[in-house]
Amino acid sequence: MKSKNITLIILGIFFLLFPFIIKSEYYQHLVIIALMWVVIGSSWNLLAGYTGQVSFGHAIFFGVGAYTAGIFVTKLEISAWWGMLFGGFAAMLIALFVGWVCFRLRGPYFALATLAGSEIIRLVATNWESLTDGMVGILIIQSFRSKLPYYYIVLGLAAACIYAIHLLMKSKWGYYFVSIREDQDAAESLGINTTLYKNISLLISAFFAGSAGAFYMNYMAFIDPHVVFSLHYISIMAILVGIVGGVATIMGPAVGAFVMVGVQETFRSAFFGVAPRWISEAHALVFGLLVIFVIMFMANGIVGDWGKIKRVLLGTRPSA
Amino acid sequence: MPLLELKKLVKDFGGLKAVNEVSFQVEKGEIFGLIGPNGSGKTTIFNCINNFYPITNGDVIFKGKSIKGLKPHKVCHLGIGRTFQVVKPLARMTVLENVTASAFCRFNTIREAQKEAGRVLEFCNLNTSKEKLAKSLPIGSRKRLEIARALATRPDMILLDETAAGLNPSELDEAIDLIRRIRESGITILIVEHIMKLIMSISDRIHAINFGQTIAEGSPKEVADNPAVIEAYLGEEYARS
Repeated sequence: MKSKNITLIILGIFFLLFPFIIKSEYYQHLVIIALMWVVIGSSWNLLAGYTGQVSFGHAIFFGVGAYTAGIFVTKLEISAWWGMLFGGFAAMLIALFVGWVCFRLRGPYFALATLAGSEIIRLVATNWESLTDGMVGILIIQSFRSKLPYYYIVLGLAAACIYAIHLLMKSKWGYYFVSIREDQDAAESLGINTTLYKNISLLISAFFAGSAGAFYMNYMAFIDPHVVFSLHYISIMAILVGIVGGVATIMGPAVGAFVMVGVQETFRSAFFGVAPRWISEAHALVFGLLVIFVIMFMANGIVGDWGKIKRVLLGTRPSA
Repeated sequence: MPLLELKKLVKDFGGLKAVNEVSFQVEKGEIFGLIGPNGSGKTTIFNCINNFYPITNGDVIFKGKSIKGLKPHKVCHLGIGRTFQVVKPLARMTVLENVTASAFCRFNTIREAQKEAGRVLEFCNLNTSKEKLAKSLPIGSRKRLEIARALATRPDMILLDETAAGLNPSELDEAIDLIRRIRESGITILIVEHIMKLIMSISDRIHAINFGQTIAEGSPKEVADNPAVIEAYLGEEYARS
């Protein structure tokens, strides 16, 4: 317990000082993106990892958050930073509808319904040109030229998200979420209103994903439906972050986010320019292989199977 | 006024009448046994009482009010706890967490819920396995965990669905003792059981069904001597002799 606290304090100090240690804007950018994925991955983990409702449609909430921030600028002519607040609420509003429809289904059918939902909303965003400007996308002017403000905003968001989920999972709601994951019928017979608590989990999850989306709008200053509602870049990536880092662990998605963003960037940049260009095309393949590896050899992810990883690396035998 | 009353309960699955006009009354404080051969509709009746299945016809009255059509979690809050024949432990949670989750039914803070869970686990002799994962328990303990979870919701009535199936003789004696202690604590028990040693020794009254229909009701002795019951279990020849 003590050593865990010390690790957390050291990590905290490191992240607070990071932009002063590493001055390269490129690396700062990568860490900002990774921290954004910490938020999305954690939000996915709350719903899928803890509550057992695997979502293939987290792009819905991310995209709605991003578009809320964007539309604030293009239609209401107010700062996109308001999106950081209202993007989360807009995502919750959509989540109410998604939950109302999709929670009639269980297990894989729920997952497929969320997948369909994200495709529907992507097409709506593409075609509702009077509101979203369709494929043209939304371009805004960044508020800051330096990376620093963005870094600290997303760091705060990530820390708040992790801490909120940590507190949540120690409360009555946390117990209820895990009970629902383990056995929905048993949970119901124990007096747990499973429909209500599944929706609560979904709403909280959507709020954080939406906030991350709004941050993305502010930071990248450009969105279009094919990026923010993308199955590949958002929904699947959210799942990978969760699975690689460790499903149903607090720090799992945080670790997963850094690993996945690292792998993605390594391939996108063709090993930082060392390898031939064509290798960047292989990143989807490597993602697939990575997931297969994780599922076969460390089904609980990096954090969940940390003990096992340590044993293999140090070559020691299990103590028990 | 009976605590629980079934009024001409009917449940059909398509063309099959799984339960056909079954009526009985369970008085407060008694142990009421429900018996019948395999597939006679006992578990279906349980699922109708706490509304996992919508009732086709008839009514279920609990504490003088109809509970027909209420969601299962509402039925639990009203005071009916249940166990499952095929145990449903929350596998990747510890025993204590399992029971704490259900204690949240009456308590809101984690401290109170855990305290209640500890009390119930002690009552069910599960204290030593508190920190174990539910999936690591042997069947005897899993059955007791089912009971503990139901008790932690502070029910007025508990539905026990074959809690003694698969137990060895010493576990069976423990189960009988546990059921008696539950009754002593003031909880009414409706129990489905195949093990005659158990059901005959603890029930105050027994209701027997076959093919979804009532065939007998009365004291254990009366039901055991009833020709219709003997026929249902052993065949026509034994009923005549």
